[in-house]
Amino acid sequence: MSFRVASSPHGHIQRKTSNVMLAVALACLPGIATQVWYFGFGVLIQLVLAISAAMLAEAICIRQRERNALLTLKDNSALLTGLLLGLSLPPLAPWWIAIIGSVFAIVLVKQVYGGLGQNLFNPAMAGYVVLLVSFPLSMTLWLPPLQLVEYQLTFTDTIMLIFTGYSETGYSLAQLRVDLDGFTMATPLDTVKTALTNQQTYSEILTGKVFSDGYGIAWFPVNLAYLVGGLWLVQQKIISWRIPTAFLVTLFTLSFITHIISPDGSASAMLHVFSGASMFGAFFILTDPVSASTTAKGKIIFGILAAVLVYLIRNWGGYPDAVAFAVLLANMCVPLIDYYTKPRTYGHVSG
Amino acid sequence: MESLVEKIKSGYMWDFPGGVFPPERKKMSLRDPIQQLPLPSRFYVTVKQHIGEKAKISVAVGDKVLKGQALTQVQGPMQLPVHAPTSGIVESITDHPIPHPSGLNDQTIIITADGNDEWCLKQPTINYLTLSKVEIVDKLKALGVAGLGGAAFPTYVKHSNSQPVEVLIINGVECEPYITSDDALMQAYAAEIVSGIEIFTHLLKPEVVVIAIENNKPKAIQAMEQACAGKTQFIVRAIPTKYPAGGEKQLIQVVTGKEVPSGGIPADIRVVTQNIGTAYAAYKAIVHGEPLIERVVTLTGEQFKKPGNRWVRIGTPVEFLLKQGEYQQSKTPRIIMGGPMMGFTLHNAQTPIGKISNCILAPSETELPPATNEQACIRCGFCADACPASLLPQQLYWHSKAKEYEKAQSYKLFDCIECGACAYVCPSEIPLVQYYRVAKSNIRLQQAEHEKAEKAKERFNARNERLEREKQERLEKHKQAAEARKAAMSQDPSAQDKVAAALARAKAKKQTDAPSPETKANPKQSAAAAIARAKAKKAKAQAQAQAETNISQNEPNVENTKLDANTQNLEPTEKTNDAPANSAADKAKAAIARAKAKKAAKMKQDEQASIASSKHDRQQEKQQETSHLTNNQDDKEARIKAAIAKAKAKRKQLGEDK
Repeated sequence: MSFRVASSPHGHIQRKTSNVMLAVALACLPGIATQVWYFGFGVLIQLVLAISAAMLAEAICIRQRERNALLTLKDNSALLTGLLLGLSLPPLAPWWIAIIGSVFAIVLVKQVYGGLGQNLFNPAMAGYVVLLVSFPLSMTLWLPPLQLVEYQLTFTDTIMLIFTGYSETGYSLAQLRVDLDGFTMATPLDTVKTALTNQQTYSEILTGKVFSDGYGIAWFPVNLAYLVGGLWLVQQKIISWRIPTAFLVTLFTLSFITHIISPDGSASAMLHVFSGASMFGAFFILTDPVSASTTAKGKIIFGILAAVLVYLIRNWGGYPDAVAFAVLLANMCVPLIDYYTKPRTYGHVSG
Repeated sequence: MESLVEKIKSGYMWDFPGGVFPPERKKMSLRDPIQQLPLPSRFYVTVKQHIGEKAKISVAVGDKVLKGQALTQVQGPMQLPVHAPTSGIVESITDHPIPHPSGLNDQTIIITADGNDEWCLKQPTINYLTLSKVEIVDKLKALGVAGLGGAAFPTYVKHSNSQPVEVLIINGVECEPYITSDDALMQAYAAEIVSGIEIFTHLLKPEVVVIAIENNKPKAIQAMEQACAGKTQFIVRAIPTKYPAGGEKQLIQVVTGKEVPSGGIPADIRVVTQNIGTAYAAYKAIVHGEPLIERVVTLTGEQFKKPGNRWVRIGTPVEFLLKQGEYQQSKTPRIIMGGPMMGFTLHNAQTPIGKISNCILAPSETELPPATNEQACIRCGFCADACPASLLPQQLYWHSKAKEYEKAQSYKLFDCIECGACAYVCPSEIPLVQYYRVAKSNIRLQQAEHEKAEKAKERFNARNERLEREKQERLEKHKQAAEARKAAMSQDPSAQDKVAAALARAKAKKQTDAPSPETKANPKQSAAAAIARAKAKKAKAQAQAQAETNISQNEPNVENTKLDANTQNLEPTEKTNDAPANSAADKAKAAIARAKAKKAAKMKQDEQASIASSKHDRQQEKQQETSHLTNNQDDKEARIKAAIAKAKAKRKQLGEDK
């Protein structure tokens, strides 16, 4: 009788890497639905573009590295990268934006470093930042929520806007963003930033249409949806509670203090936490295991660091939202954070 | 402040970090009480079944042995004897698969049962309180009682210590899934176990005894509580079910909140732990005088038609147990000795049950699916959350895989208890524990080699120093001798006269011999040469014999011998032995040593063929060695001849000097 020889342990938990990735993708569903509800089909088209580009790029890279492409695609990591990047893009951005971003994220940020698990930076955010820096115009043209748009876009309009730049009736994206009164509508954070620079007070800004619900139409519910999905991930123990908690608490505290000191010159804490990519970043981006800190203490420090960076850039930097930059800067610090936050091992006096 | 003992007595419990909750699947083997088995016809008693040194075999092939008779004799510390599991004949003493993760063969005493199962003379002690501590400890040693929890640590060693003990923990946790041997034992033999524990308390005098049992064994807890009724010093503690709560270090943490210092032993923090099975074995040994020849083994897994617990004699081949449990062979059979978390797969069904074999697990493909595809680590940190020792398994993995062993050690690689919790939760199915095992053994190997190299260096330096010293001494001696001669000559005029007279005589003689000076000189010279030759030959023979004995003594230190031999070879001009003829002998000796070293190195190389790096090194060595040797063989003879000639010349010169 010949027996199969294996190394212990012989049992194994049935949660594979592919399931973990898939669970994160599933947890995005409420956010995706909300985004589609407020921003139209463009969101889905961007997702399709980004995901297919990411998976194709991954397959080609893996082929070039003479590995099994099918097996690698099955780990769902490329899918997730494409998904996260696609969700961050303006819904009506030109088609090549999603493709360039995905290819950059997969090829240069992930595979060049050695593939899954080896990358220093969060691929989706690195892709996003490259797009933002290279194509600032396309990347900041967020169409306002459908409810505020004068001209109702059809599905064909959306597709034509993305692939040709003009709707069926010949409107360009820039034209669509202008409201009846001739004001260009931007995201809440962008609006606040621009207005504050123009010496408007925060209370004046809040009278704008975008803020008719108090925190910014569309963005508050979108953030809520990501919070729900994120909490489910925490409950499933797929992501650690430490990073999102540290991030959100720090961001809230800092903006709360600032707002108390200067109520007219800064946005409220709630706006900071429930706007832009705050929740998405806290639960879906910062928690990317590969590029985040892995020690318990390190995760807290990592979350705090990212929040401080977001706060600094939003208030004094050149960008209205800053999650992507903050994530990349925090990623750089991870090896250092991990090195100095080793846990105390059993039987040792110190870590 | 409450003392630790008071706190424990008040019911306080601690927790350990991490841990996992694999499916328990214990019911499968708990349906029936422990069953007795018929005797197999042949037993394979592994000579070394414990941590420590092999004891000396005290039986010979053909001997008739009785059940319980010692087969080996303890002669040193950390040794433990093994005993005949039944009466019969020693069929052979040979290498046979051993119950060890390596799957290697080792010395085994094979006994053919005669079917009588006849006991040897037992020495029961009904009242062990009459025995002294030393007598009890000696009995535990002589009867082969070892820790049955996992490591088979000789039990007597834990009790020979004189450090005071605060807490004695009896480990009935049995946290590995599937295994129920301790559970079944506690249910059926609670009173005997408690008697065994009392022997330990008699020896250790602890302030409190905690019998720790996982709360998934209510029947065992109840049985132990009943058996402990009225004993105020004994506490039966149901601890939360979490793997690996039964690990010694983790259990100590759960029961006392203390941690065993890294590299230390529990006694350092005044704690001793013993397994339930060990307590039972101690009871059997002391009270009944029966050695450890039998234990409870769980047969479980879906491939067994009749799973359950059995009383199994040590040395029973696993194949016999597979038959008894009606094992159904699957397509890709897997037999695990131990549990699913820390057990090891067997290579051979003839592997016997050892003192620590608590379970034979034959899982189906569906209940414990074999690992499929190792994927990349995504640093998810699930492993770090699961680690009971608060290590960072993902970092250990990176560094172990990259062979960055110093870094791996800085992440406390050697504090890993190999419980397998990290690999169990790893979503990428990385066999983490295997990486750590490889890294650990490579580090141990490197350390051993480093020590050896250091030793060789020391010897080399010492030798150089000695040679230099001897050279200086000789020069000094010659100088002194010359001075003494000079002084003697200058002081003693008669000596000068004598010299003058001798010179005159010589002259005179020369003159008389003048007609045929060569015929006279030649026979003398040739005689001297012949003597020198004979002497050299004799010295050579002696040296050879000596070299041979040296080599056989230094077998494990082949490298060193070789090094020395090489050094001698590299410095032929530095031959400094007093008798010049020895230099020739030395060379012969060196050549022989080299040849021997090469042979030994080759043997060693075969042994370690699996270690790629060292193999590579060795191949290089071997190449150098062979080229060296062929050269040597070619001019060996020439050189010996040359050396003899040189020696002759020198000797003559010396003779003339004198």
